Amino acid sequence: MQTRAIVSVLGDDRVGIVAAVATSLAERGANIEDIRQSIVGGLFSMTMLATFDEDATPFESVQRALTEVGERLGVQVTLQREDVFRYMHRI
Amino acid sequence: MDITPEEIVETLLMVEQQNLDIRTVTLGLSLASCADPDMEVMARKVYEHVTQRAERLVPAAEAIEREYGIPITNKRISVTPIASIAAASRASDVTPLALALDRAACEVGVDFIGGFSALVHKGIGEADARVIDAMPRALASTQRVCASVNVATTRAGMNMDAILRMAGVILAAAAATAQRDSIAAAKLVVFANMVEDNPFMAGAVHGAGEPDAVINVGISGPGVVRAVVAALPRDADLTAVAEAIKATSFKITRAGELVAREAARRLGVSMGIVDLSLAPTPAKGDSVADILEAIGVKRVGGPGTTTALALLNDAVKKGGAMGTSSVGGLSGAFIPVSEDAGMIRAVRDGALTLEKLEAMCSVCSVGLDMIAIPGDTPVETIAAIIADVCAIGVINSKTTAARLIPASGKKVGDLVEFGGLLGRAPVMDVNPWAGSVLMRRGGRFPAPLSSLRN
Repeated sequence: MQTRAIVSVLGDDRVGIVAAVATSLAERGANIEDIRQSIVGGLFSMTMLATFDEDATPFESVQRALTEVGERLGVQVTLQREDVFRYMHRI
Repeated sequence: MDITPEEIVETLLMVEQQNLDIRTVTLGLSLASCADPDMEVMARKVYEHVTQRAERLVPAAEAIEREYGIPITNKRISVTPIASIAAASRASDVTPLALALDRAACEVGVDFIGGFSALVHKGIGEADARVIDAMPRALASTQRVCASVNVATTRAGMNMDAILRMAGVILAAAAATAQRDSIAAAKLVVFANMVEDNPFMAGAVHGAGEPDAVINVGISGPGVVRAVVAALPRDADLTAVAEAIKATSFKITRAGELVAREAARRLGVSMGIVDLSLAPTPAKGDSVADILEAIGVKRVGGPGTTTALALLNDAVKKGGAMGTSSVGGLSGAFIPVSEDAGMIRAVRDGALTLEKLEAMCSVCSVGLDMIAIPGDTPVETIAAIIADVCAIGVINSKTTAARLIPASGKKVGDLVEFGGLLGRAPVMDVNPWAGSVLMRRGGRFPAPLSSLRN
């Protein structure tokens, strides 16, 4: 069963954000199914829909790796299960 | 991806800037199997049962927090009203049961455990009396145990003897913790129309109609609602205000529904209810009072406050009812004084009085909540305040409650400090013209005509 999760990056725009996040996901066997980038409320925002197999890669390990990427780049990177957004924003 | 970046960022900002959280994931546990004639054995059974059944509660809730990115502020436990199992033993001292609950709560890492409770709306049973009389000592000698007593229902009317007795218990609990700003009284609530599935403290119990174990969730999010109201134009009409609150409440409730389902699934227990109460915390911006002021009241307690609160409460329910089919618990905005920085400010400014709080509780949930009053307030006066709140609940077929703290040695204007989520409260003035003769009459206030529905 593939887990669907949302990666979101918030912060100041800079070179290499997409590359670093994508590399970290690829190293853990996560597939990027969609990617969008925009400026929301003055903040650079990038969101991705990633899918991965939790039996092979635990959710927590992907989350930890992305947090480290965020710390390195000075932006906030979060990984959340997709359900929370579907629940809150869709009837 | 059918979720837009705007929706994702909105959710993140709700958490980071507007204090969106799930206020509590509460595991309800039946203690029916723990009843035993030997008090020591019963206390051991209670400890073992709670620690075994709740062992995974905190780790499971913390994993959900991490994976979904929604903070869960409190993990708690509610249990069968303790008087119903205390009846199995003839031991005069039931404090060992409170101590067992406290140790169990500490062991599994929850901050409060509710259910040192009795239901006496129609009469005080022998075991009920033992539990009620033990409350001051039990609450003073434990950290995490919460107590509650139901003294009135719409079906039964009001047990006036129980109300007077509880006023004495509240005074005794406050006196027993005089050195700690009378904190024991902050863990004791008196109800009319108590509900069986309330996830919030201090009044959480696991009712007789519940399964053996159940997950109940209390939503939160005053900061989110305030931000939405504050973003509206100042001339937006009240329909627009209600609409904005309703839409936000839907989102908050959906987060609660998801957490409730997921917690129940991971713990292998039934999902119970989602409680739609907006619950403030002492944190800046996480205030129900601030919402009322954003709607347009100059200072909470001023004329217009009850209208604004009624609008808020109704819109939250309408949005929430769309968000979950399992609405339950208290489901009404909380207006505790000590836990809400905006309420404290209003008391200090002289805008908010006990009488106005009583009026406000007629249109929302638990009424006189976390209110510090002078420690020398007479027992009849405290009883009369409780009776007034109960009368509103009984006549209007709704839950009301009082959590009063007669702060020992303190006078009007002094500050009591409880710390943490219980916050701090300025001691409020009490009307000296209380119905002392009324309260000494005792007996039962008959069930109202509106109770005859069959």
